[in-house]
Amino acid sequence: MIKDILKILENDARTTTKQISTMTGTPSDEVVKLIKQAEKDRIILKYKTVINWDKVENEQVWALIEVKVTPQKDVGFDSIAERIYLFPQARSVYLLSGTYDLLVMVAGKTEHEVANFVSQKLAPIEEVQGTVTHFMLKRYKEDGEILEGKEEVKRQPVIL
Amino acid sequence: MLISSRLVNRIPPSGIRKFFDLLASIEGVISLGIGEPDFATPWHIREAAIYSLEKGYTMYTSNSGMPELRQELSRYLKAHYKLNYDPDSELLITVGVSEGLDLTMRAILDPGDEVIIPDPHYVSYDACVILAGGTPIMVPTNQESNFEISAADIEARVTDKTKAILIGYPANPTGAVMPREKLAQIAEVAWRHQLLVISDEIYARLVYGVEHTCFATLPEMKESTILLGGFSKAYAMTGWRIGYAAADKEVIASMTKIHQYTMLCASIMGQVAAIEALKSGESSIAEMVEEYNRRRLAMVQGLNDIGLSCFEPRGAFYAFPSIKSTGMTSEEFAEKLLIEEKVAAVPGPAFGQCGEGYIRCCYATSLADIEEALSRMGRFVNKHKRG
Repeated sequence: MIKDILKILENDARTTTKQISTMTGTPSDEVVKLIKQAEKDRIILKYKTVINWDKVENEQVWALIEVKVTPQKDVGFDSIAERIYLFPQARSVYLLSGTYDLLVMVAGKTEHEVANFVSQKLAPIEEVQGTVTHFMLKRYKEDGEILEGKEEVKRQPVIL
Repeated sequence: MLISSRLVNRIPPSGIRKFFDLLASIEGVISLGIGEPDFATPWHIREAAIYSLEKGYTMYTSNSGMPELRQELSRYLKAHYKLNYDPDSELLITVGVSEGLDLTMRAILDPGDEVIIPDPHYVSYDACVILAGGTPIMVPTNQESNFEISAADIEARVTDKTKAILIGYPANPTGAVMPREKLAQIAEVAWRHQLLVISDEIYARLVYGVEHTCFATLPEMKESTILLGGFSKAYAMTGWRIGYAAADKEVIASMTKIHQYTMLCASIMGQVAAIEALKSGESSIAEMVEEYNRRRLAMVQGLNDIGLSCFEPRGAFYAFPSIKSTGMTSEEFAEKLLIEEKVAAVPGPAFGQCGEGYIRCCYATSLADIEEALSRMGRFVNKHKRG
């Protein structure tokens, strides 16, 4: 049941308890209880909004940084990842397979600020062997949502 | 001079033409009158068709349909229903179930033959029978019996002219799904009286919490069942117009004869898309069914909450609430609802006499629209409460 509720909330975090109750056939108080528990268990981390910032005057710059690191004894990549993700500039951090190890998504006000973060904070970390910085030029799709050019196709109002 | 043929004149004119015209003239309508998915065809299916166009697949196909499609279809029917249909002689690709239905009637009926049909039923059932020179015989169904057709009611209407029984479950407009044991009783009647059964199973994949029974899987029924299916509803492919008929080879041969003279073949783009749908469309169906189910629950609960009693539809994407408590006819209700609250629903009598007192509300529309429509309908029902 919690899976059904999570899917509904993942698609629209503003779905009300009553709506969820109807859609899943679960009593409202049970829905409230399950959501509270999921929040407590950190299954639900946060309720966020997908925003197309390009439509608002906004100076934010995004970059994807490939980071190659030397894993440490006992803790592997985890402790070095933690050192990186604790920086607020690092918006997402992933461990990947392939030619580099960590992928860090960084947001800053200017390119300069992002470059500074990479050269002053990221690159000097002892275990970091090298970085490659990719600045994001355009966003087409964000977390399943197409940002632009999604035209509504009109259906005929009545079809038997 | 009489321009129209007697046959065409026998088809009842659409009682809701006026309603359609009215609808076209109003802005800002929330329509629950649409009998099709609100999803676009899944991208992988569209992409496969685009690719085939780029490659130059723009020609006729075999009359029966592309061999690869028939093979995939044969595999699909085997996997889902354990039914063996020979792709070369027992399957025909049609232009939607609509053509399949027309071909079936023309292939099996002689003038005066009778076809037994549940009422309410999909709009073209009786028209296709009449156009093929047959006579539709209606079997009333009602909300109390979940709009299921009973074997006894069918048997009571069998005459020496009866040729076939035509059913369509999950049903448009009611959303009813027939339990297997009740279908088995109908199969017995068909067997006893040597009747063909035409089973329109276009909504087979859209069922919620119940299992769909394919009529041809009932004992002794494969030979005497003409199974009609298609891609429109399950894969959101209404505009591609691809359906199929699966039946005994004699029936398929007769249908193919008519098809080759009148239609030649279904469009190749649609057939290519259908192949892709069969090969890898399962996950898309699961996602859509899950979404429809949420909307179904919201719609049915909402209708009952505002005082329009609605039995729980277990298939398709329609709710069929009773509007009898308002004292209005279905047409009056639908027309006033449209004018006063800008919500469009289809009056039940469009689907046969037994649809009087009901309206068809399609929930293949966004949840936000469903909720807004329900709130407007609630206001409307309240305003027109009797007494």
